[in-house]
Amino acid sequence: MSDGPFDGRLKETPSQTAGPYVHIGTAPQSIGRPALPNQPGPVAFEGTGAVTVEGIVYDGAGEPVRDAMIEFWGADPDGRVGRNGLFGRTTSDFRTGVYRFRTARPGPLKAGTAPYIAILIFARGINLHLATRLYFPENRAQIDADPDLRRVSPSGRASLTAVKASDGEADYRFDIHLQGENETVFFDV
Amino acid sequence: MTVHPFYRRERNQHPPALTPNYKSSVLRAPFRPLVSPEQAELDWTGPAFGHDMLGPLDNDLIRNASAGGEALGERIIVHGRVLDENARPVPNALIEVWQANAGGRYAHSNDTYLAPLDPNFSGCGRTISGADGTYVFRTIKPGPYPWPNNGSDWRPAHIHLSIFGEAFAQRLITQLYFEGDPLIPLCPIVNTIPDPAIVERLVARLDFKNQMPFDCLAYRFDIVLRGRRQTYFENREEGA
Ligand SMILES: [Fe+2]
Repeated sequence: MSDGPFDGRLKETPSQTAGPYVHIGTAPQSIGRPALPNQPGPVAFEGTGAVTVEGIVYDGAGEPVRDAMIEFWGADPDGRVGRNGLFGRTTSDFRTGVYRFRTARPGPLKAGTAPYIAILIFARGINLHLATRLYFPENRAQIDADPDLRRVSPSGRASLTAVKASDGEADYRFDIHLQGENETVFFDV
Repeated sequence: MTVHPFYRRERNQHPPALTPNYKSSVLRAPFRPLVSPEQAELDWTGPAFGHDMLGPLDNDLIRNASAGGEALGERIIVHGRVLDENARPVPNALIEVWQANAGGRYAHSNDTYLAPLDPNFSGCGRTISGADGTYVFRTIKPGPYPWPNNGSDWRPAHIHLSIFGEAFAQRLITQLYFEGDPLIPLCPIVNTIPDPAIVERLVARLDFKNQMPFDCLAYRFDIVLRGRRQTYFENREEGA
Protein backbone atom coordinates (compact mmCIF):
# COMPACT_ATOMS: atom_id res chain seq x y z
CA MET A 1 0.00 0.00 0.00
CA SER A 2 1.73 3.20 -1.09
CA ASP A 3 1.81 6.47 0.78
CA GLY A 4 1.85 8.46 -2.47
CA PRO A 5 -0.98 10.28 -4.18
CA PHE A 6 -4.07 8.18 -4.31
CA ASP A 7 -6.81 8.62 -6.85
CA GLY A 8 -9.18 5.80 -6.09
CA ARG A 9 -10.84 4.10 -3.21
CA LEU A 10 -9.51 1.22 -1.20
CA LYS A 11 -11.71 -1.80 -0.71
CA GLU A 12 -13.06 -2.56 2.72
CA THR A 13 -11.40 -5.49 4.48
CA PRO A 14 -13.69 -8.49 3.97
CA SER A 15 -15.58 -9.91 6.94
CA GLN A 16 -15.20 -13.41 8.32
CA THR A 17 -17.38 -15.11 10.88
CA ALA A 18 -16.73 -14.30 14.54
CA GLY A 19 -16.80 -18.07 15.11
CA PRO A 20 -17.75 -19.96 18.26
CA TYR A 21 -14.94 -18.57 20.44
CA VAL A 22 -15.78 -14.87 20.09
CA HIS A 23 -16.09 -14.72 23.89
CA ILE A 24 -12.33 -14.99 24.40
CA GLY A 25 -11.68 -11.67 22.75
CA THR A 26 -14.87 -9.74 23.34
CA ALA A 27 -16.56 -11.03 26.49
CA PRO A 28 -14.02 -12.98 28.58
CA GLN A 29 -16.22 -12.75 31.67
CA SER A 30 -18.71 -15.05 29.89
CA ILE A 31 -16.12 -17.87 29.97
CA GLY A 32 -15.02 -17.29 33.52
CA ARG A 33 -12.04 -15.05 32.80
CA PRO A 34 -11.68 -11.51 34.15
CA ALA A 35 -13.08 -8.78 31.91
CA LEU A 36 -10.39 -6.44 30.63
CA PRO A 37 -10.39 -2.90 32.05
CA ASN A 38 -13.15 -0.71 30.57
CA GLN A 39 -14.38 -3.51 28.34
CA PRO A 40 -17.99 -2.93 27.31
CA GLY A 41 -20.38 -5.31 29.01
CA PRO A 42 -24.12 -6.00 29.22
CA VAL A 43 -24.91 -2.98 31.40
CA ALA A 44 -24.53 0.33 29.57
CA PHE A 45 -26.77 2.49 31.74
CA GLU A 46 -28.30 2.49 35.21
CA GLY A 47 -30.70 4.89 36.85
CA THR A 48 -33.83 6.66 35.74
CA GLY A 49 -34.81 5.52 32.28
CA ALA A 50 -32.87 2.25 32.36
CA VAL A 51 -34.51 -0.78 30.80
CA THR A 52 -33.56 -4.45 30.71
CA VAL A 53 -34.03 -6.34 27.47
CA GLU A 54 -33.79 -10.08 27.07
CA GLY A 55 -34.41 -12.51 24.26
CA ILE A 56 -33.19 -15.43 22.22
CA VAL A 57 -31.66 -15.52 18.76
CA TYR A 58 -33.27 -18.41 16.86
CA ASP A 59 -31.89 -20.21 13.81
CA GLY A 60 -33.92 -21.43 10.84
CA ALA A 61 -34.79 -24.67 12.63
CA GLY A 62 -36.18 -22.77 15.60
CA GLU A 63 -33.22 -23.69 17.80
CA PRO A 64 -31.68 -21.07 20.09
CA VAL A 65 -28.31 -19.78 18.93
CA ARG A 66 -26.15 -20.30 22.01
CA ASP A 67 -22.95 -18.70 20.77
CA ALA A 68 -24.11 -15.25 19.67
CA MET A 69 -22.41 -12.01 20.65
CA ILE A 70 -24.76 -9.05 20.47
CA GLU A 71 -23.82 -5.38 20.49
CA PHE A 72 -26.16 -2.47 21.15
CA TRP A 73 -25.73 1.23 20.50
CA GLY A 74 -28.31 3.86 21.28
CA ALA A 75 -29.00 7.41 22.35
CA ASP A 76 -29.24 8.41 25.99
CA PRO A 77 -32.64 9.27 27.54
CA ASP A 78 -32.35 12.80 26.12
CA GLY A 79 -31.76 11.55 22.58
CA ARG A 80 -28.06 12.40 22.60
CA VAL A 81 -25.55 10.20 20.80
CA GLY A 82 -21.85 10.89 20.16
CA ARG A 83 -19.96 10.94 23.45
CA ASN A 84 -23.24 10.37 25.26
CA GLY A 85 -24.21 7.35 23.21
CA LEU A 86 -24.67 4.11 25.08
CA PHE A 87 -22.79 1.05 23.89
CA GLY A 88 -22.57 -2.42 25.28
CA ARG A 89 -22.35 -6.06 24.39
CA THR A 90 -23.82 -9.26 25.67
CA THR A 91 -23.70 -12.96 24.82
CA SER A 92 -26.21 -15.76 24.59
CA ASP A 93 -26.27 -18.11 27.53
CA PHE A 94 -24.45 -21.33 26.57
CA ARG A 95 -27.29 -23.46 27.93
CA THR A 96 -30.51 -21.52 27.30
CA GLY A 97 -29.53 -19.14 24.54
CA VAL A 98 -31.02 -16.20 26.45
CA TYR A 99 -29.19 -12.89 26.11
CA ARG A 100 -29.80 -9.94 28.39
CA PHE A 101 -28.67 -6.32 28.47
CA ARG A 102 -29.49 -3.11 30.30
CA THR A 103 -29.38 0.33 28.77
CA ALA A 104 -31.42 3.53 28.58
CA ARG A 105 -34.70 3.79 26.81
CA PRO A 106 -33.41 6.17 24.15
CA GLY A 107 -34.88 9.61 23.64
CA PRO A 108 -36.04 10.53 20.13
CA LEU A 109 -33.21 11.36 17.70
CA LYS A 110 -35.25 13.28 15.22
CA ALA A 111 -38.84 14.42 14.97
CA GLY A 112 -41.01 12.15 12.87
CA THR A 113 -38.98 9.03 13.63
CA ALA A 114 -39.37 6.36 16.27
CA PRO A 115 -36.52 5.92 18.77
CA TYR A 116 -34.59 2.68 18.44
CA ILE A 117 -31.51 0.85 19.65
CA ALA A 118 -29.14 -0.34 16.91
CA ILE A 119 -28.29 -4.03 17.33
CA LEU A 120 -25.52 -6.09 15.71
CA ILE A 121 -25.42 -9.90 15.82
CA PHE A 122 -22.23 -11.93 15.50
CA ALA A 123 -21.99 -15.73 15.69
CA ARG A 124 -20.57 -18.87 14.17
CA GLY A 125 -22.22 -19.33 10.77
CA ILE A 126 -22.82 -15.58 10.33
CA ASN A 127 -20.28 -14.49 7.73
CA LEU A 128 -20.94 -10.77 8.03
CA HIS A 129 -22.63 -9.42 11.14
CA LEU A 130 -26.36 -8.78 10.92
CA ALA A 131 -27.77 -5.36 11.78
CA THR A 132 -31.24 -4.90 13.17
CA ARG A 133 -33.10 -2.38 15.32
CA LEU A 134 -35.07 -2.61 18.51
CA TYR A 135 -38.12 -0.35 18.62
CA PHE A 136 -40.42 0.04 21.62
CA PRO A 137 -44.07 -1.03 21.67
CA GLU A 138 -45.12 2.26 23.29
CA ASN A 139 -44.15 4.04 20.04
CA ARG A 140 -46.48 2.14 17.72
CA ALA A 141 -47.80 5.27 15.99
CA GLN A 142 -44.31 6.65 15.34
CA ILE A 143 -43.13 3.25 14.12
CA ASP A 144 -45.96 3.10 11.59
CA ALA A 145 -45.12 6.63 10.39
CA ASP A 146 -41.33 6.22 10.36
CA PRO A 147 -39.90 6.88 6.87
CA ASP A 148 -37.20 4.20 7.35
CA LEU A 149 -39.86 1.57 7.88
CA ARG A 150 -42.06 2.53 4.96
CA ARG A 151 -40.79 -0.39 2.89
CA VAL A 152 -41.11 -2.81 5.79
CA SER A 153 -44.26 -4.91 5.98
CA PRO A 154 -46.44 -4.82 9.12
CA SER A 155 -45.09 -8.22 10.17
CA GLY A 156 -41.56 -6.95 9.54
CA ARG A 157 -42.25 -3.97 11.77
CA ALA A 158 -43.56 -6.33 14.42
CA SER A 159 -40.26 -8.25 14.20
CA LEU A 160 -38.44 -5.03 15.09
CA THR A 161 -40.66 -4.15 18.04
CA ALA A 162 -39.84 -5.46 21.50
CA VAL A 163 -42.64 -6.92 23.57
CA LYS A 164 -43.40 -5.68 27.07
CA ALA A 165 -42.30 -8.46 29.39
CA SER A 166 -44.93 -9.68 31.81
CA ASP A 167 -42.76 -11.54 34.31
CA GLY A 168 -39.13 -12.03 35.22
CA GLU A 169 -36.54 -9.32 35.64
CA ALA A 170 -36.64 -7.94 32.11
CA ASP A 171 -38.74 -5.00 30.96
CA TYR A 172 -38.80 -6.06 27.32
CA ARG A 173 -38.49 -9.25 25.32
CA PHE A 174 -36.80 -9.07 21.92
CA ASP A 175 -36.39 -12.39 20.10
CA ILE A 176 -34.47 -12.42 16.85
CA HIS A 177 -35.23 -14.94 14.10
CA LEU A 178 -32.34 -15.35 11.69
CA GLN A 179 -34.31 -17.19 9.05
CA GLY A 180 -37.76 -18.42 8.08
CA GLU A 181 -41.35 -17.42 8.38
CA ASN A 182 -40.88 -15.05 11.31
CA GLU A 183 -37.57 -13.75 10.04
CA THR A 184 -36.43 -10.51 11.65
CA VAL A 185 -35.85 -7.56 9.36
CA PHE A 186 -32.12 -6.91 8.86
CA PHE A 187 -30.67 -3.68 7.52
CA ASP A 188 -27.93 -2.70 5.12
CA VAL A 189 -26.74 0.45 6.86
CA MET B 1 -25.40 19.75 11.46
CA THR B 2 -22.94 18.76 8.76
CA VAL B 3 -22.60 15.04 8.31
CA HIS B 4 -20.60 12.79 6.05
CA PRO B 5 -22.46 9.58 5.47
CA PHE B 6 -20.56 6.44 4.59
CA TYR B 7 -20.22 4.75 1.25
CA ARG B 8 -22.65 1.91 1.11
CA ARG B 9 -21.04 -1.39 2.06
CA GLU B 10 -19.90 -3.19 -1.09
CA ARG B 11 -21.49 -6.52 -0.35
CA ASN B 12 -19.54 -8.25 -3.14
CA GLN B 13 -16.37 -7.65 -1.14
CA HIS B 14 -17.76 -9.82 1.66
CA PRO B 15 -18.96 -13.39 1.92
CA PRO B 16 -22.66 -13.86 1.21
CA ALA B 17 -24.79 -15.00 4.14
CA LEU B 18 -25.58 -18.43 2.71
CA THR B 19 -22.46 -20.50 2.01
CA PRO B 20 -23.47 -24.19 2.09
CA ASN B 21 -19.91 -25.55 2.24
CA TYR B 22 -19.65 -23.80 5.59
CA LYS B 23 -22.48 -25.73 7.15
CA SER B 24 -23.16 -23.48 10.12
CA SER B 25 -24.35 -20.77 7.73
CA VAL B 26 -27.20 -22.87 6.35
CA LEU B 27 -29.65 -22.27 9.22
CA ARG B 28 -28.27 -18.86 10.14
CA ALA B 29 -28.50 -17.04 6.82
CA PRO B 30 -31.51 -14.73 6.44
CA PHE B 31 -33.65 -15.48 3.36
CA ARG B 32 -35.11 -12.02 2.85
CA PRO B 33 -33.26 -9.11 1.29
CA LEU B 34 -31.78 -6.49 3.58
CA VAL B 35 -33.63 -3.19 4.01
CA SER B 36 -31.61 -0.06 3.21
CA PRO B 37 -32.60 2.89 5.39
CA GLU B 38 -31.05 6.30 5.12
CA GLN B 39 -27.99 6.52 7.29
CA ALA B 40 -28.74 8.14 10.62
CA GLU B 41 -26.96 9.46 13.64
CA LEU B 42 -26.53 6.00 15.15
CA ASP B 43 -24.63 4.94 12.00
CA TRP B 44 -22.17 7.81 11.71
CA THR B 45 -21.41 7.93 15.45
CA GLY B 46 -20.02 5.13 17.56
CA PRO B 47 -18.51 4.28 20.91
CA ALA B 48 -15.18 6.03 21.50
CA PHE B 49 -12.18 4.23 22.94
CA GLY B 50 -9.02 5.83 24.25
CA HIS B 51 -5.50 4.61 24.85
CA ASP B 52 -6.02 5.11 28.58
CA MET B 53 -8.49 2.22 28.66
CA LEU B 54 -5.82 -0.35 27.86
CA GLY B 55 -3.79 -2.30 30.37
CA PRO B 56 0.01 -2.27 29.84
CA LEU B 57 0.12 -5.86 28.55
CA ASP B 58 -3.11 -5.84 26.57
CA ASN B 59 -1.21 -5.94 23.27
CA ASP B 60 1.30 -8.58 24.38
CA LEU B 61 -0.34 -12.00 24.26
CA ILE B 62 3.00 -13.66 25.00
CA ARG B 63 2.90 -12.24 28.53
CA ASN B 64 -0.59 -11.01 29.34
CA ALA B 65 -1.84 -14.34 30.74
CA SER B 66 1.40 -15.45 32.30
CA ALA B 67 1.26 -18.07 35.04
CA GLY B 68 4.95 -17.48 35.64
CA GLY B 69 6.32 -18.02 32.14
CA GLU B 70 5.80 -16.90 28.57
CA ALA B 71 3.52 -18.41 25.94
CA LEU B 72 4.93 -21.23 23.81
CA GLY B 73 5.18 -20.93 20.06
CA GLU B 74 6.64 -18.93 17.20
CA ARG B 75 6.99 -15.41 18.51
CA ILE B 76 5.57 -12.79 16.15
CA ILE B 77 4.46 -9.22 16.04
CA VAL B 78 1.50 -8.26 13.87
CA HIS B 79 1.42 -4.67 12.77
CA GLY B 80 -0.07 -2.45 10.11
CA ARG B 81 -2.33 0.50 9.59
CA VAL B 82 -6.04 1.05 9.93
CA LEU B 83 -7.24 3.09 6.98
CA ASP B 84 -10.61 3.99 5.56
CA GLU B 85 -11.74 3.53 1.96
CA ASN B 86 -10.42 7.03 1.21
CA ALA B 87 -6.95 5.83 2.36
CA ARG B 88 -7.07 8.11 5.38
CA PRO B 89 -5.63 6.75 8.62
CA VAL B 90 -8.19 5.84 11.26
CA PRO B 91 -6.83 6.83 14.70
CA ASN B 92 -8.10 5.41 17.99
CA ALA B 93 -9.50 2.29 16.33
CA LEU B 94 -9.96 -0.42 18.95
CA ILE B 95 -8.71 -3.81 17.73
CA GLU B 96 -9.61 -6.79 19.89
CA VAL B 97 -7.95 -10.10 19.01
CA TRP B 98 -8.46 -13.72 19.95
CA GLN B 99 -6.75 -16.85 18.76
CA ALA B 100 -5.81 -20.46 19.44
CA ASN B 101 -2.49 -21.36 21.06
CA ALA B 102 0.50 -22.77 19.17
CA GLY B 103 -1.09 -26.23 19.21
CA GLY B 104 -4.39 -25.01 17.75
CA ARG B 105 -6.35 -25.10 21.02
CA TYR B 106 -8.52 -22.26 22.32
CA ALA B 107 -8.68 -21.41 26.01
CA HIS B 108 -12.46 -21.72 25.84
CA SER B 109 -14.75 -24.10 27.70
CA ASN B 110 -16.38 -25.25 24.46
CA ASP B 111 -13.11 -26.22 22.72
CA THR B 112 -12.45 -29.93 23.23
CA TYR B 113 -9.62 -30.40 20.72
CA LEU B 114 -7.01 -32.82 22.04
CA ALA B 115 -4.06 -30.41 21.78
CA PRO B 116 -3.09 -29.18 25.25
CA LEU B 117 -3.76 -25.78 26.73
CA ASP B 118 -0.82 -23.50 27.37
CA PRO B 119 -0.94 -22.32 30.99
CA ASN B 120 0.75 -19.07 29.97
CA PHE B 121 -1.60 -18.16 27.14
CA SER B 122 -5.22 -17.00 27.04
CA GLY B 123 -5.31 -15.89 23.40
CA CYS B 124 -6.98 -12.56 24.23
CA GLY B 125 -5.55 -9.12 23.54
CA ARG B 126 -6.33 -5.56 22.51
CA THR B 127 -4.65 -2.60 20.93
CA ILE B 128 -5.65 0.87 19.68
CA SER B 129 -4.36 2.57 16.55
CA GLY B 130 -2.25 5.69 16.88
CA ALA B 131 -2.77 9.09 15.27
CA ASP B 132 -1.33 7.75 11.99
CA GLY B 133 -3.55 4.65 12.10
CA THR B 134 -0.70 2.28 13.00
CA TYR B 135 -1.19 -0.57 15.42
CA VAL B 136 0.91 -3.43 16.75
CA PHE B 137 0.51 -6.44 18.98
CA ARG B 138 2.81 -9.28 19.96
CA THR B 139 1.71 -12.88 20.14
CA ILE B 140 2.60 -16.41 19.10
CA LYS B 141 1.58 -17.82 15.75
CA PRO B 142 -1.57 -19.87 16.32
CA GLY B 143 -1.67 -23.50 15.20
CA PRO B 144 -4.11 -24.87 12.62
CA TYR B 145 -6.92 -26.98 14.07
CA PRO B 146 -9.51 -29.48 12.87
CA TRP B 147 -13.24 -28.83 13.15
CA PRO B 148 -16.33 -30.79 12.19
CA ASN B 149 -17.81 -29.51 8.93
CA ASN B 150 -17.35 -31.72 5.88
CA GLY B 151 -15.88 -34.46 8.08
CA SER B 152 -12.63 -33.19 9.55
CA ASP B 153 -11.89 -29.84 7.96
CA TRP B 154 -8.86 -27.84 9.05
CA ARG B 155 -8.64 -24.15 9.75
CA PRO B 156 -5.49 -22.44 8.51
CA ALA B 157 -3.59 -20.58 11.23
CA HIS B 158 -5.61 -17.43 11.89
CA ILE B 159 -6.17 -14.60 14.33
CA HIS B 160 -9.68 -13.23 14.88
CA LEU B 161 -9.87 -9.43 14.79
CA SER B 162 -12.70 -7.19 15.96
CA ILE B 163 -12.39 -3.57 14.89
CA PHE B 164 -14.18 -0.38 15.93
CA GLY B 165 -13.50 2.70 13.84
CA GLU B 166 -15.01 6.08 14.63
CA ALA B 167 -18.54 5.11 13.60
CA PHE B 168 -20.86 2.18 14.16
CA ALA B 169 -21.18 1.86 10.37
CA GLN B 170 -17.50 0.84 10.25
CA ARG B 171 -17.87 -2.07 12.67
CA LEU B 172 -16.09 -5.16 11.41
CA ILE B 173 -15.06 -8.60 12.63
CA THR B 174 -12.73 -10.66 10.47
CA GLN B 175 -9.82 -13.13 10.51
CA LEU B 176 -6.20 -12.71 9.54
CA TYR B 177 -4.33 -15.54 7.79
CA PHE B 178 -0.59 -16.04 7.24
CA GLU B 179 1.29 -15.85 3.94
CA GLY B 180 2.24 -19.23 2.54
CA ASP B 181 -0.19 -21.35 4.56
CA PRO B 182 -1.24 -24.26 2.30
CA LEU B 183 -4.49 -24.68 4.27
CA ILE B 184 -5.86 -21.30 3.15
CA PRO B 185 -7.35 -22.46 -0.17
CA LEU B 186 -8.74 -25.62 1.48
CA CYS B 187 -10.73 -23.83 4.17
CA PRO B 188 -14.53 -23.65 3.82
CA ILE B 189 -14.64 -20.50 5.95
CA VAL B 190 -12.01 -18.74 3.83
CA ASN B 191 -13.92 -19.91 0.77
CA THR B 192 -17.11 -18.24 1.90
CA ILE B 193 -15.42 -15.40 0.00
CA PRO B 194 -15.81 -16.55 -3.59
CA ASP B 195 -13.00 -14.47 -5.12
CA PRO B 196 -9.42 -15.54 -4.22
CA ALA B 197 -8.21 -12.02 -5.03
CA ILE B 198 -10.40 -10.72 -2.19
CA VAL B 199 -9.12 -13.43 0.15
CA GLU B 200 -5.60 -12.11 -0.47
CA ARG B 201 -6.56 -9.01 1.52
CA LEU B 202 -6.94 -11.21 4.61
CA VAL B 203 -3.42 -12.63 4.31
CA ALA B 204 -0.76 -11.04 6.51
CA ARG B 205 2.63 -10.76 4.78
CA LEU B 206 5.92 -11.76 6.33
CA ASP B 207 7.70 -8.48 7.07
CA PHE B 208 11.22 -9.79 7.58
CA LYS B 209 12.91 -6.43 7.90
CA ASN B 210 10.66 -5.35 10.76
CA GLN B 211 11.47 -8.38 12.89
CA MET B 212 12.60 -7.79 16.48
CA PRO B 213 16.11 -9.24 16.11
CA PHE B 214 16.61 -12.50 18.00
CA ASP B 215 13.08 -12.24 19.40
CA CYS B 216 10.09 -12.07 17.01
CA LEU B 217 9.28 -12.28 13.33
CA ALA B 218 6.94 -9.61 12.02
CA TYR B 219 3.80 -9.86 9.89
CA ARG B 220 2.18 -6.89 8.21
CA PHE B 221 -1.58 -6.56 7.96
CA ASP B 222 -3.41 -3.40 6.91
CA ILE B 223 -7.09 -3.00 7.70
CA VAL B 224 -9.52 -0.96 5.61
CA LEU B 225 -12.76 0.29 7.15
CA ARG B 226 -15.63 2.00 5.36
CA GLY B 227 -15.02 5.60 4.37
CA ARG B 228 -17.16 8.71 4.36
CA ARG B 229 -18.39 10.22 1.15
CA GLN B 230 -16.19 13.12 0.11
CA THR B 231 -19.01 15.53 -0.58
CA TYR B 232 -20.54 17.40 2.31
CA PHE B 233 -24.21 17.61 2.64
CA GLU B 234 -26.30 19.54 5.09
CA ASN B 235 -28.52 17.30 7.11
CA ARG B 236 -31.73 19.15 7.64
CA GLU B 237 -32.82 18.95 11.21
CA GLU B 238 -36.47 18.34 10.74
CA GLY B 239 -37.94 20.20 13.66
CA ALA B 240 -35.46 18.67 16.09
FE1 LIG C 1 -10.82 -19.58 15.05
